[in-house]
Amino acid sequence: MTAVQPFTLRDLQGDEHSVPTGTKTLMCFVKEDCPTCNLVAPILEAIHQDSNVDVLLVGQTSDGNQLLAANHSLTMPVLDDSTLIVSFAFDLDTVPHTFLLDDAGEPIKELIGFTKKEWRELVDEEVDDVQIDFDELPEWRPGCGSLTQDPLIADRLRAESENSPLRARRIEIGAHDDVHEFLFDQGFTDGLPVVPPTPERVIRMLSGIDREPQEVVATIPPNLAPATIEKIAINAVLAGCKAEYLPVVVATIEAICTDEFNCHGVFATTMGATPVMILNGPVRHALNMNMKLSSLGQGTRSNASIGRAVRLAIRNIGGAKPGGTERSTLGNPMKFTMCFPEWEERSPWEPLHVERGFESEDSVVSVFAMSSGPAQVIDQTSRSAEALVGSFAMSMRAMHHVKAHRAGDTVLIVCPEHIDTIQRDGWSKADVRARIQEVSSVPFRELIADSRSGVGIPPANAAKMSEEQLNRLTPKFASEDLIHIVVAGSEAGKFSAVLHGWASGEMGSIPVSRKIDM
Amino acid sequence: MSTILDPTDERKPVVRSITARSGQLEGSIALLDIRKPRGNILLDRLAELLAERYPKLEVKRFEKPTFTKPAPTEVRQHIKANADLVVEGLAD
Repeated sequence: MTAVQPFTLRDLQGDEHSVPTGTKTLMCFVKEDCPTCNLVAPILEAIHQDSNVDVLLVGQTSDGNQLLAANHSLTMPVLDDSTLIVSFAFDLDTVPHTFLLDDAGEPIKELIGFTKKEWRELVDEEVDDVQIDFDELPEWRPGCGSLTQDPLIADRLRAESENSPLRARRIEIGAHDDVHEFLFDQGFTDGLPVVPPTPERVIRMLSGIDREPQEVVATIPPNLAPATIEKIAINAVLAGCKAEYLPVVVATIEAICTDEFNCHGVFATTMGATPVMILNGPVRHALNMNMKLSSLGQGTRSNASIGRAVRLAIRNIGGAKPGGTERSTLGNPMKFTMCFPEWEERSPWEPLHVERGFESEDSVVSVFAMSSGPAQVIDQTSRSAEALVGSFAMSMRAMHHVKAHRAGDTVLIVCPEHIDTIQRDGWSKADVRARIQEVSSVPFRELIADSRSGVGIPPANAAKMSEEQLNRLTPKFASEDLIHIVVAGSEAGKFSAVLHGWASGEMGSIPVSRKIDM
Repeated sequence: MSTILDPTDERKPVVRSITARSGQLEGSIALLDIRKPRGNILLDRLAELLAERYPKLEVKRFEKPTFTKPAPTEVRQHIKANADLVVEGLAD
């Protein structure tokens, strides 16, 4: 045998004891709530008091050590291994686990549990001058499980001993199982295959962010579960992210888990809303994001996997699943993923994040709770900003319902060819917003519920309105600042698009922007 | 064997899915003796009853080398290749 791993622990008085001790030593690992440990404690105390052998009792809980010492009037050193680091290093399955060590710390004997024959031999052969009445003791008693084997503790200890940053539960998948089928069976996916989150991949993912893996960045409803960097990284692996995408995913989780964004309501609504992520600043180029052709569609890893990682984190950490607290009547393909950057360089206007108070050099994610879209606005014939934006306004009236006015947040995505038309007339974003409100305005009279559609002002209410009130114009949106405008898309095609919002403001969801720590 | 990390909040134990049950006893059945004392006697009796009640069922016997360790890969593969169902004498 080779010498045991050296260690130093403190006793109840705070004095340090080191192993090897330099003399023959009996060292016994115990925990207070184990009956067999309580059986051997008095034997060890007798050896400590009367013999030539040093005795060390190593207890696994601090409170338990106090109790053991008091209950058995112990004078031998009772060492505190409540961190379980030494117990783990000795790979204990069972307590009491007793080692007889020689001067150099090499184990001469090892006794597990209590077998009278073994203990009698130990005392007869190795210990002088001590009288123990073995006839009074039982023949055999099994020990108890070492605390290091507690499932709640074992994984943490193993990770710590390996100096690993990972603390998530490890799931073993049998050699005969198909990993991908297993991941589907566990409900870890959005219905499409995912990348298995092996410890190696998660470690690699964590290298993409300079934050402590166990830092809790948000609490995700409905489970109100703590989202650690590690848990978000696991979901980013599932989604197919590269390590450098992780800061965007983390910032987005932080943004949606705010009172303003109210993600619980966004997930739960039967209307089918989901966070739409719009990226601004240097992050767009750093991550090779696509802001041009098909930027709202499939085909770009960063756009697709960042949005998907957020959705998978919501599902897996927060527990929002269709049929559970996700109650959308029809669902929404944007609930798989919806993340795109603004083509700032193609825009004549301030980019979205600068409008929202950030520096142009900041990398920022903005989240909007959107329930439908992108609904395209097809206008290939307008040659003036006035006419083109008028088309936007007419199409935007369809949001939720043509007769539903005083509407909330919307995102208007203007394509480059349409930008050129607007830019020729030198219009600002404010001009665009004002024109949308102007052209979308209709008299209240047109919004009365009737046989064509039951949506609108109840006729009984309309009957109480004056002629002047009925003829007064009302715009589509409750205010101009609810119209969020960005630029994206390819150089070819006169197809802009509108995303339709959900409930806005304090009672619904307020858009949130957050700087990304790159 | 591969290992993954749990992407959830870990409030629920990991649930393994089991193969769909047909409700029928047919084909061949493996009786696995894990070598716990007297497990073989239980399985002998079970084999008698199966032969009596399901004469068309083919009953095959398998053993693990020791109950203290998981079944070796060869034993698992042998059972998988030769039987549709397994009854294991699990513990005493």
